[in-house]
Amino acid sequence: MNDFLAMGGYGAYVWGSYAVFFVVLAIEALAPRATRRRVLTELRGRLRRREQRNEPSA
Amino acid sequence: MKPGSTLAACAALVRRDLTLVWRRRGDAANPILFALIVVALFPLALGPEPEQLRRIAAGVVFVAILLAGLLALDTLFRSDYEDGSLEQLVLSPHPLSLLLACKIAVHWLTTALPLIVVSPLLGELLHLAAPLRGLLPLALLLATPLLSLLGAVCVALTVGMHRSGMLLALLVLPLYVPVLIFGAGACNAAQAGLPFAAPLLWLGAALVLVLVLAPLACAAALRISLS
Amino acid sequence: MNALTLWFHKTGSPPTAYRLAGRIMPWCYGLGLVLGLVALYGGLVLAPRDYQQGDAYRIIFIHVPCAWMGLFAYFFMAANAFIALVWRIKLSEVLAMAAAPVGAAFTFITLVTGSLWGKPMWGTWWTWDARLTSELVLLFLYLGVIGLHAAIEDRRQAARAAGFLALIGVVNIPIVHFSVNWWNTLHQGSTVRLMGPSKIDGSMIWPLLLMALATHVWFFGSVLARTRIGLLELDGGKDWVRAIALGETEARA
Repeated sequence: MNDFLAMGGYGAYVWGSYAVFFVVLAIEALAPRATRRRVLTELRGRLRRREQRNEPSA
Repeated sequence: MKPGSTLAACAALVRRDLTLVWRRRGDAANPILFALIVVALFPLALGPEPEQLRRIAAGVVFVAILLAGLLALDTLFRSDYEDGSLEQLVLSPHPLSLLLACKIAVHWLTTALPLIVVSPLLGELLHLAAPLRGLLPLALLLATPLLSLLGAVCVALTVGMHRSGMLLALLVLPLYVPVLIFGAGACNAAQAGLPFAAPLLWLGAALVLVLVLAPLACAAALRISLS
Repeated sequence: MNALTLWFHKTGSPPTAYRLAGRIMPWCYGLGLVLGLVALYGGLVLAPRDYQQGDAYRIIFIHVPCAWMGLFAYFFMAANAFIALVWRIKLSEVLAMAAAPVGAAFTFITLVTGSLWGKPMWGTWWTWDARLTSELVLLFLYLGVIGLHAAIEDRRQAARAAGFLALIGVVNIPIVHFSVNWWNTLHQGSTVRLMGPSKIDGSMIWPLLLMALATHVWFFGSVLARTRIGLLELDGGKDWVRAIALGETEARA
């Protein structure tokens, strides 16, 4: 196991690369989720404002 | 009212742009001043040894002029967009690409040509090698129209934005890379005693191609950003 | 209108495309993850040590697929931008702009892993050779497209302007590569070829190709996820978007 982690002395480079790969792809996959939530919240706000404008006395 | 001939429209546009530049002739010196400042900063940063400066002289002058041109690009459509004459240009019955080519030509004449004229002076400040004294302005003569034409396409895409400076630099940079490589590369090859005709010929070929395509692309880009 | 164009317009309409993308997307993500993990096992454990480069070569199992993806995503974006500009299809505009951040991410990974591979192999983090420089310019192109798209208020106009820039970039990429090649290069030559025998052993090639497949599938999953958001933004005022926006509130409440 230690041998595997050491990667023949290149462990830092190999695991560093894989870490970058996973971190960037994880961010890349989570980003749309956050954007989606933001867009939908904005949309809901806009819809609410429009409804209030349509029936101000209610 | 019947529109005049296309040629007359181009001539009127050129006359108008030249008049506008003449009325604000103080601003025309800005790119030169900027290039001078950039060039003057290098010896201060690297030390005054003539040998060292000579080695990088051509490249530094090229980059300084490229940056000065980048700074000046913003003025290409800015005032026309603000006073609405750009939209008139788009609506005119004459081919937009031709009119834009005239605008770009005037812009090149008033911003890049003065820079080429002072380039020997800039080179002298950095102890430019003697064989490059003629070659550097020649390379610039081929490269700066390319920079103006390619830059104009990107300016057309960002027209109407308030703060477009950094974005414009980002858009323009990838297009400027080959021009810089061949232009400065020709000078470096000549300095190393290698044949330098090939990169200059490439620049010339690219210029012919871009001279035809860039105004068309510029017109298309302008139509998108003014739609 | 014949059956094909009818089908085309139907799937191209935002609500249908939104639903379809939502159905395909999880499969892409899942398949990409599974294939990627298998490829990683093959690359990190099963593949033998390289006699020249030791274990450091194992970086190429992610580096090379990501480099391919960076280019593939660009051409995907440019092709969609072309369709969007010529036929004015909304869905293509959204697809093109959805591909930009994903491609930029893959290009970024390529640059960083290449740098991490270069340090032990060449003894330097960065060299100004043709491929590295072209890859850097590619990243700038992506950032330019993303920046332009973000800077313009009107979503459709933003997509069209950024798409136009992407098309200019397609012409620019080979020119940049050619011009940078002009300097001599110390990057090693291409070792995997589609045509003819490749210079790499079978036990090393299958994880590489599998990883390439995984990143492709993952790319489509990510593009679809972003496309859904783009469609919601584009059709903000329409009824179907309204139903989704309000439906989600009820589900959470």
